[in-house]
Amino acid sequence: MSSDAVSNITPLAVETRSLVKAFGNSKVLRGVDLCAPTGTTLAILGANGAGKTTLIKLLSGIMCPSSGQVIITGLELKDNARKVRSLLGLVAHQSYLYGNLTAWENLDFYARMYGVEKRETRISDMLKLVGLEVHRHSRFSTFSRGMQQRMALARALLHHPSILLLDEPETGLDQQGLGAIWDILRYEGANRTIIFASHSFERALSVCDNIAILGRGRIVYHEQACNLNLAGLQQKYAELTQVVKS
Amino acid sequence: MKFWTHVAAIAWKDILSELRTREIITSVLVFAVLILVIFNFTFNADSSLMRQIAPGILWVAFVFSGVLALNRAFIPEKEEGCLDGLMCCPVEREAIYVGKALGSLFFMLLVEVVVLSVFALLFNIAAFQPEIIVVTLLATIGFVAVGTLFSAMAINTRAREMVLPILFLPIITPVIIAAVSAVTLVLDAKSWGDIFSWLVMLIAFDVIFTVVSFMVFPYIIEE
Repeated sequence: MSSDAVSNITPLAVETRSLVKAFGNSKVLRGVDLCAPTGTTLAILGANGAGKTTLIKLLSGIMCPSSGQVIITGLELKDNARKVRSLLGLVAHQSYLYGNLTAWENLDFYARMYGVEKRETRISDMLKLVGLEVHRHSRFSTFSRGMQQRMALARALLHHPSILLLDEPETGLDQQGLGAIWDILRYEGANRTIIFASHSFERALSVCDNIAILGRGRIVYHEQACNLNLAGLQQKYAELTQVVKS
Repeated sequence: MKFWTHVAAIAWKDILSELRTREIITSVLVFAVLILVIFNFTFNADSSLMRQIAPGILWVAFVFSGVLALNRAFIPEKEEGCLDGLMCCPVEREAIYVGKALGSLFFMLLVEVVVLSVFALLFNIAAFQPEIIVVTLLATIGFVAVGTLFSAMAINTRAREMVLPILFLPIITPVIIAAVSAVTLVLDAKSWGDIFSWLVMLIAFDVIFTVVSFMVFPYIIEE
């Protein structure tokens, strides 16, 4: 399904137009046109170095594009940066949390930065949700990888973002950790627009409404998940990434 | 109002984190006191000569320990990608600058109180005079205002320990000259009127460089 077709059906939460990002002479993204309708989940698949992380960073406003537009809920990111940032929650490769602060202090800091109302109640609820309430006074640096990732999720969800950006949230997690992360997302992520970069075809098919494949800095494939099965997606991915490589 | 809430949150986070580990304060303090001790043993001078060279020694201790502290100011933001986390927040980039600068100012002043005490003891000089306190405060504000900006610039460079002093010390030279000259006059029992021109210079530096750093910081930090 093309971007235009998607955009005609539902209002778009996230849209990019001819998004280009270059680092020096190296173009990582070469004109990405992407859209995610409100309330849907979009998986972005792609090989290592395809530009998934760069795309997520551009969508979150951490990086500025070399050219092109990022439009979030109809607002262009460049002109409405602060408003747009308050709508976004991001889970990246790193937790964005301070090792010397406790779980509570970390969430309290971000709650202040996002202007969360009824801060204490919200922080307490989030710590309960991610199963870390008993560790509220433990320093973040003492947490295991799984606990750190759950804390990162709590931080991202703290301010009730309408759009969640997840950059390979499953990296380094065991089966239990994976289950916990997706349970939390099913509970807290309902009715939110979620864009997640991943290598997992199975996960993409099981949790996403739409699947896009990023290759050589462009969206080379965009389809509704209901029209795909695992074998078909794997075949398509292999074909496209082979074409892209050649 | 939200601006100052964000500033307070960032400054408080830095202070809390540092007071818990004391990584910066301890190393900076030991370094500064070592400088004073070494100079004290090196210049075995009489009291009148010591009054002439002591202000220079004091500011060597302040400046080099300050560079050490500012070098570390943005390190916690790089660990676990926290700077990106801050960049995602709906806060003005200027609030990040002011928050980080206030945190650094707090540590610098804390270190300076201890260093001044050691300085008074080792050099037998009345260091806690109102004029010296005002000069130190004004000089430290300028020092931190510029240092925070350059610290943010240096954080993404590989040789940041070298980059910061090379960029920073030439810019901060007027502050060092003004502070040393003013403290020398104070130790010569001169009045407020005699150090007035140096105070004006320090205030002018503080205002100009704080405003410039405040305005430039968002462009430095964006990428």
